[in-house]
Amino acid sequence: MVLDPAHGGDDLGGRLGDNQAEKDIALAFSMRLRSLLEARGIPVVSTRESDVTVEWNRRAEVANHANAQACLNLHASESGSGVHLFVSNMAPAEPMRFAAWKTAQAAWVTRSLALAGTLNSALLQAGMSVTLGRTALPVVDSMACPAVAVEIAPERDHDKKVTAQLDDPDYQARVAEALAAALLSWRSEGRQP
Amino acid sequence: MIPRYQVVLLSLLLLASVVMSVVLWQLRERAHQRLLVGQDSAPTQAPEVAPTVQATLVVASDSDNSLLAQVQTLPLPQDPGTRARIVLGKLMDIYAAPDAAHPVPGGASSVAQVFLLPVPNPASNEVADPADPKAAKPPSDQPRAADRTPATPASPGKNPEPASPQLAVVNLTSAFAASHPSGIETETLTLLSICATLHANLPRISQVRFLVDGQPRATLAGHADLTRSYLATEAVPRP
Repeated sequence: MVLDPAHGGDDLGGRLGDNQAEKDIALAFSMRLRSLLEARGIPVVSTRESDVTVEWNRRAEVANHANAQACLNLHASESGSGVHLFVSNMAPAEPMRFAAWKTAQAAWVTRSLALAGTLNSALLQAGMSVTLGRTALPVVDSMACPAVAVEIAPERDHDKKVTAQLDDPDYQARVAEALAAALLSWRSEGRQP
Repeated sequence: MIPRYQVVLLSLLLLASVVMSVVLWQLRERAHQRLLVGQDSAPTQAPEVAPTVQATLVVASDSDNSLLAQVQTLPLPQDPGTRARIVLGKLMDIYAAPDAAHPVPGGASSVAQVFLLPVPNPASNEVADPADPKAAKPPSDQPRAADRTPATPASPGKNPEPASPQLAVVNLTSAFAASHPSGIETETLTLLSICATLHANLPRISQVRFLVDGQPRATLAGHADLTRSYLATEAVPRP
């Protein structure tokens, strides 16, 4: 598995609350998820493990060299609620021996949608609210693996009131547990790239 | 001793200079008077009142990641580019309202210009490169938000338009991009709502590109890609 905590270093990402940056939440969540995955015997490659700047192309390089079964691009946002899962909105394409760098994900979109479905099921089973979407993210579009962008937003009730903040360790743990269970299931189903 | 003929010549030149100065002064005064008279008598052209038509605004909501159509009656000019800018300005005003479901500061001034160009190669529209999601079909279990929006503009009286597709280039202000909330969902919703609103009111628009202060920009606010063309009918899965 490849975990890609977004932003880092000079790239703060979004401003979350008063003194938090998206890059910090993404890194903390990545470390938490990595621990859970490795505890289940799943080898993990991270694109960054500290607060450093990593270029978009470098992130995709790491993911593509890992020949991973799944790649998660991790984000955090204050808008919306629950967990947002995004898959590249490129049209599915036949795998080619030499794929264009900026559209490498096209050959993997179908598998990425299946991965998003697995993550969605696990999160819903854990009682999370989930939104699914398609978007254009430069990093994900260059990944040659089943790739999903996971954006964690605060948990809200029906009245839109926040019931769990992004930096809530319990909330992060619940999301990470659900994702780890989903990735374990994905791996055991043998969906090789 | 100065010869007599030189004295006469010098006197004539001096006299000519004085006469020319007087003539020039009078011409200047006449021109000035003409200008003043022209300003006073210039007819004040009454502002042309644009007819009000029904415009469809495809409004985003952060709470459920949805796009929903709202029909409003707006005075819109006939010029398609200006019409597109005004409709998008109204959309941005909705997002700038205090109780907006998709809060984005900036308002109508966030959209500097909208340019409409013919799509370079309409034939290639159907078979595009893999980055072009026109051919992307969402999975059957993921209905598209675009399906919930009217497919045609609700503007009665509009002349039928030829089918030649157009590329809309939306020039946003850097202030808008700088103040836009950062996040995949919120940035994607903004771009898709702009695309869907343009297509709903000007059906010839099939593709949309974005500039910021007239320059290409990598992302809107750190996430959504602004370097590619977006399809005006781009889909968003229903939550």
